[in-house]
Amino acid sequence: MELTGAQILLESLGREGVDVIFGFPGGAVIDIYHQIPNYPNLKHVLVRHEQGAIHMADGYARATGKVGVCLVTSGPGATNTVTGIATAYMDSIPVVIITGQVPTPLIGNDAFQEVDIVGITRPCTKHNFLVKDITKLAKTIKEAFFLAQSGRPGPVLIDLPKDVQQQLCAFNYPKKVALRGYNPHYDPNVKQVRKVAELLCKAKHPVIYAGGGVISSSASKELTKLAQAYGLPVTATLMALGCFPGDDPRWLGMLGMHGTYAANHGMSNADLILAVGARFDDRVTGKLSEFATKATMVHIDIDPTSIQKNVHVDVPIVADCRLFMEALNKEMADLAGQKDVFVPKDKWLAQLSEWKAKHPVKYKPATKGGFIKPQSVVEMLYKITKGDCIISTEVGQNQMWAAQFFNYKKPRTLLTSGGLGTMGFGFPAAIGAQAAYPDKLVIDVAGDGSIQMCIQELATAVCYNLPVKIVILNNGYLGMVRQWQELFYEKNYCSTCLDIAPDFVKLAEAYGAAGFRVTQAKELEATLKQAFSTPKPCIVDVIVDPEENVYPMVPAGKSITEMILV
Amino acid sequence: MRHILSILVENEPGVLSRVSGLFSGRGFNIETLNVAPTLEEGVSIMTITTIGDETIIEQIIKQLRKLVTVIKVVDLTEVKNVEREMMLLKVAAEEGKRAEILRIVDVFRCKVVDVGLDEFTLEITGTQDKITALINLMQRFGIKEVARTGAVAMRRSMQ
Ligand SMILES: Cc1ncc(C[n+]2csc(CCOP(=O)(O)OP(=O)(O)O)c2C)c(N)n1
Repeated sequence: MELTGAQILLESLGREGVDVIFGFPGGAVIDIYHQIPNYPNLKHVLVRHEQGAIHMADGYARATGKVGVCLVTSGPGATNTVTGIATAYMDSIPVVIITGQVPTPLIGNDAFQEVDIVGITRPCTKHNFLVKDITKLAKTIKEAFFLAQSGRPGPVLIDLPKDVQQQLCAFNYPKKVALRGYNPHYDPNVKQVRKVAELLCKAKHPVIYAGGGVISSSASKELTKLAQAYGLPVTATLMALGCFPGDDPRWLGMLGMHGTYAANHGMSNADLILAVGARFDDRVTGKLSEFATKATMVHIDIDPTSIQKNVHVDVPIVADCRLFMEALNKEMADLAGQKDVFVPKDKWLAQLSEWKAKHPVKYKPATKGGFIKPQSVVEMLYKITKGDCIISTEVGQNQMWAAQFFNYKKPRTLLTSGGLGTMGFGFPAAIGAQAAYPDKLVIDVAGDGSIQMCIQELATAVCYNLPVKIVILNNGYLGMVRQWQELFYEKNYCSTCLDIAPDFVKLAEAYGAAGFRVTQAKELEATLKQAFSTPKPCIVDVIVDPEENVYPMVPAGKSITEMILV
Repeated sequence: MRHILSILVENEPGVLSRVSGLFSGRGFNIETLNVAPTLEEGVSIMTITTIGDETIIEQIIKQLRKLVTVIKVVDLTEVKNVEREMMLLKVAAEEGKRAEILRIVDVFRCKVVDVGLDEFTLEITGTQDKITALINLMQRFGIKEVARTGAVAMRRSMQ
């Protein structure tokens, strides 16, 4: 039996186990939409803006580890996803984006709603395809899903012209993918693993520096096992929070620009750094020439381009982080069991604990009758949930406070735009996560600026009864930029004051969600609890100290030990 | 240092822009670029010469290998190689200068492929040095136009 291109697409999504897609229709995908009702196992979530669709697919992928899928029309529909595609690309998130395209005879003619989306997204996708031949459609979809989730994951785009959606073709979904130029290398080299084990045993001041790759390769169990068995301290990037229990004594906290004293000084004094699935982002390293100068550097990454990019690596290992950690644990069991091989790390851990106790992340508490401190809101979220929820964040101070004052204990419980730093990401990402886990508590920690970038998705949340909670740390400013202006630009608060803002409570209500406002610290706990037990999407607008800053802070370009503390 | 990269790619639309976009997007420079089909159907070979220190070249090679449509990347600079470039050069050739130009053509073992009233078009194949030398020599007659292919290169058989 022959199927249309549109049917082939939807059948193929079924084969890939896709249960939900986030999308927005248009003329160039109307044939696909025409078929959607015939695929009842595939839930379609109608968004209000294509940027929402891609972030939802991304949030779904981050929360589940599966591929997120979004479907949009050609031209403006496609370009509206670009920010979200770049966001997923920077954080290595597996998503498949299906864009409609004008009919093949019109391609290149500046046809109505035509845009070269394959050209536009080439630098921000792992790979992309324009399918001009219906007989290649099924194969292309198979390849797209394979590419998105294998090796270093990332977004893959399929551009599908309208006439191809309408043509007929026999449907054969390939079982296997063969791509000559694509062979990710998963297995670690045995000798290298041995070498790392020896270095770890010998090291007096080792630190594990975990990155997002630990989460995407599901390596956190093995990493936790290693650290706990051999007393190895762990720090992590924003992207890796949750890969190691935040309440473990070996946990140093996040490192980098807004990292902890213990983490940054730990890195600077380490004699061995085990960088796992991390990419030495400039927000993490600070001034490169002064970064971890005393350490032997071991770097494990699935992506060879990440290794030796910014820092010199003594032991480079291209491998899947989970397979590597597994192999390393075995090797360590062997080696550390032998007498006189393993140098105990107790003194080092004691030193780090001392730093941790002396310089915890902290803030000046609110004065009596004064503004609520935004950090205390995040602490309250932790107190109420005990960490049993999914937190997404927007970008800015809210993001950093959400990173610093909440103890993430499990992977995939913090969804945040680390690489691109995309304002407007958090709320749609939370909707995507909620669509995957309808019964979990999903909270978007937001700024009053960022939330306005994708606020229209309130309609989506209400429509599909996805009861996401938005907690706005409302400081009336584009806070993070204002902080930089305060500290480094003579307090010239140019264009960072959001003095005209919507009434977020009324806005929530206008969309059919629930709205709450908190202005007094004493109301905070009760109101949050009330919102969390309301079976609807909610906005909790918390009016916080407008000029509160994120500390510690390493000024851009300085060494990570040159920290401004509170 | 100058490096010659030999890159085997799937011959499909957009592959050139994927490769060149990788260079421009990351601020690497392409000095010459040459593409044509190989004997194998659907596969083309690109020869790219570029300049950079070792870390930059290592990044370029790794990034190229990461492209899904790139099958193989070899840095020919690391092995013994044969490198050639072809150039067409149009030079002013007034009466009285022609004999001298033809003598140089002879020495360089290049060819006159077109003759006009007061100009010659020469074809030369050779290494970058040889081509530069010819350009230098012809300069004083007045070069009107050059078209160069950029280097093509291969690993030598006896390593
Ligand atoms: C799409 C986008 N535009 C601009 C920026 C630059 N930027 C980074 S943080 C920030 C301020 C965010 O303000 P708000 O959402 O109110 O959060 P706050 O810092 O106050 O918590 C801005 C404008 C960005 N990250 N993303």
